[in-house]
Amino acid sequence: MASYKRTQQLSNGVVYAILSIMSVVWLIPIAWLILRSFQAEKGAWITTVLPQGYTVSNYVRLFTETTQFNYPRWFGNTLMVAVFTCVIATLLVLMISYTFSRLRFKSRKAFMNVGLILNMFPGFMTMIAVYHILKAIGLYQSHISLILVYSTTASLSYFIAKGFFDTIPKAMDEAATIDGATRSQIFWRITLPISKPIVIYTALTSFLAPWVDFIFASVIMKDNYDKYTLAVGLYRMLERENIYEYFTRFCAGAVLVSIPITLLFIFFQRYYVEGVTGGSTKG
Amino acid sequence: MKEFDRHKMGPFRLFIHQVMQFILHLPKNIVRLIVSIGKALKKFAVFCWRGFVSFLSIFIKGDIITKISYPIMGFGCMLRGQLAKGLLYLGAEIGFITFITSFGWNYLKDIGTLGVNPESEYIDEITGIIMYRPADNSMLILLYSVFTLVVILAFIAIWVMSIHASYRAEINKKQNIRLVPFRQEVRSLLDERYHATLLTGPTVMVFAFVIIPLLFMILIAFTNYDANHQPPGNLFTWVGFQNFRDVFGENLTKSQTFFYLLKWDFVWAVSATFLNYILGMVLALMINKKGIKGKKVWRTIFVITIAVPQFVSLLLMSRLFGDSGPVNIILQNLGFNTVPFLTDGKTARVMVILINLWVGIPYTMLITSGILMNIPAELYESAKIDGAGVVKTFMKITLPYVLFVTTPYLITQFVGNFNNFNVIYLLTQGDPKSVWLYQAGETDLLVTWLYKLTVQYQDYNLASVIGILVFLVSAAMSLIVYNYSAAAKREEEFQ
Repeated sequence: MASYKRTQQLSNGVVYAILSIMSVVWLIPIAWLILRSFQAEKGAWITTVLPQGYTVSNYVRLFTETTQFNYPRWFGNTLMVAVFTCVIATLLVLMISYTFSRLRFKSRKAFMNVGLILNMFPGFMTMIAVYHILKAIGLYQSHISLILVYSTTASLSYFIAKGFFDTIPKAMDEAATIDGATRSQIFWRITLPISKPIVIYTALTSFLAPWVDFIFASVIMKDNYDKYTLAVGLYRMLERENIYEYFTRFCAGAVLVSIPITLLFIFFQRYYVEGVTGGSTKG
Repeated sequence: MKEFDRHKMGPFRLFIHQVMQFILHLPKNIVRLIVSIGKALKKFAVFCWRGFVSFLSIFIKGDIITKISYPIMGFGCMLRGQLAKGLLYLGAEIGFITFITSFGWNYLKDIGTLGVNPESEYIDEITGIIMYRPADNSMLILLYSVFTLVVILAFIAIWVMSIHASYRAEINKKQNIRLVPFRQEVRSLLDERYHATLLTGPTVMVFAFVIIPLLFMILIAFTNYDANHQPPGNLFTWVGFQNFRDVFGENLTKSQTFFYLLKWDFVWAVSATFLNYILGMVLALMINKKGIKGKKVWRTIFVITIAVPQFVSLLLMSRLFGDSGPVNIILQNLGFNTVPFLTDGKTARVMVILINLWVGIPYTMLITSGILMNIPAELYESAKIDGAGVVKTFMKITLPYVLFVTTPYLITQFVGNFNNFNVIYLLTQGDPKSVWLYQAGETDLLVTWLYKLTVQYQDYNLASVIGILVFLVSAAMSLIVYNYSAAAKREEEFQ
């Protein structure tokens, strides 16, 4: 038995060693980001690995020097877009997935297949056309256009939520129908309250989308700096003509965005995993 | 195979069985897929034909009021006591006619040529100011024509509905059946026809921001809308299948680029998906190993790296491994030569796969952790009694079990990686550029190429050809698997 224990200890030791090395590798970029955000000297390319001096002025200047890059405003923009997208997209996704899962009507299968097919076209193939449509209806360079497009894109990925609704026993609906509830009442009063995990998952993913998307936002907003979301703005800071002046401020800004997102993510991890693996964990 | 057999089989044999079944059924599934697409088309044709026939027959059978309802929508409903409904139909007709005469037709009439008068300057003789002649704009003609066509189709559907409503009103009146009051019809939108209420909003949005743009871009694939044909100065026009012929051989650089990138795209998707998957699982196993302390701490360390937005972490990585980035500085300080991590074609390809591991491993770890804990402990104990080592246990028990459970997830990951824009674009922007590739670099995937072609180079026609081909590849992969996956068939069973 002693030798068994010894091998066990040995193998645990090896595992600890590997995990520690991996943790270091995984944390280095993040540590580097945080260090750079406090770096006193300018520029992206310095010849030393660690900064020579430390300062908080990068953070302060993000909020005080706002003539070219208005960080606080971008933060506000992103937050607003994210909140609205979150509400609208969640409603849309839940409505669509509930309809496909619970209601039976003539063209249900056709609708579902069209949704599935549309989802397989690469998203930004249509970007240019969407841009011109938004221009035609007068929503050019507006936040409403971002909200509309993010929500629509999100609504096409109804599959996860539909899978969730599929697992709720139909007997509940039937009982409610006998008691005289309409389908609308069943949806709002019976199904939604017991669907917390999927509501949280959908809300979380749609809330995060505007924080991380920079492709679509940059195509829509072009050079209208004041309307930027954080992702586009921070990306601009790293462009060749700005990187020398703004690299450390980019790091500071990136740290500030990452904090709320990381907290949200860690807090709602469980729902996220449940959402992605869906019914499959049930084997 | 019967259900009770399944439970008797070990997970490994079950997995092998699944794989064999999948391969055996693959040809059949492909045939079935094609047949079902054909069937769907046939069903649609029959549906349209039936609608057309009943549309004509109602005209013959109906009385004079119903006949008048053909040109004046809602007429029958209004006269027979469904005033509100009839007015709605009439309103739709008036709206449609104003739309077509004031807007739609102006564009639709030019769809055959996509416009002939490019914008040109002239000097106004009285004021001496440079003026622009009113000109055609191929892009707007095509876009608004697509929009108008969609509106026309929607209107035809409403028209047919109104005719049916008028005829139903006529029949009901003859048989003295009380008409359903308008209020009750509205109320049914919350119950029997609740699906209509829930789907209308999303459908309109999807039409506006997905379907119409998509139709427009698909049509662009058949035009010469490239950098040299930018309206209003230079109009573009239809060229048939020329762009497809270009990609498939007629234009040497374009077809070379396409096939080169397609190959790399597959290599990338396979290695990114499977390396992440296996290594992520190994990480999860190590964290969940018996006797390892601080499981939560380890897990949180890796989860943090997922939570940091990709555009931050990847942009950072691209700077870390830049030619004069910190990694090269360290190498120099240690007396080595600098390495062109992201600027040499071959190295860059290896690097993006490696950096993608940094992004992907924690993610797989997070997803598979829960599944790993569900593996029955008896399996491991009996393996230990049989004297199986760590590697053997992993290969024979863990991997098959997890693979079995996460096959659908793996497929979506594969398609996702095939179209993984963020990792490539943020890391290398597709660079290093290559002379013999058309507007692309060594690490470009088809999607990043597509993005560059639209946003940077304005070669919209080529971009939309690439988009269509990417769609075909991912659709084929997903549909075959979707047809195969049992989840689709078991849909009703749960409820």
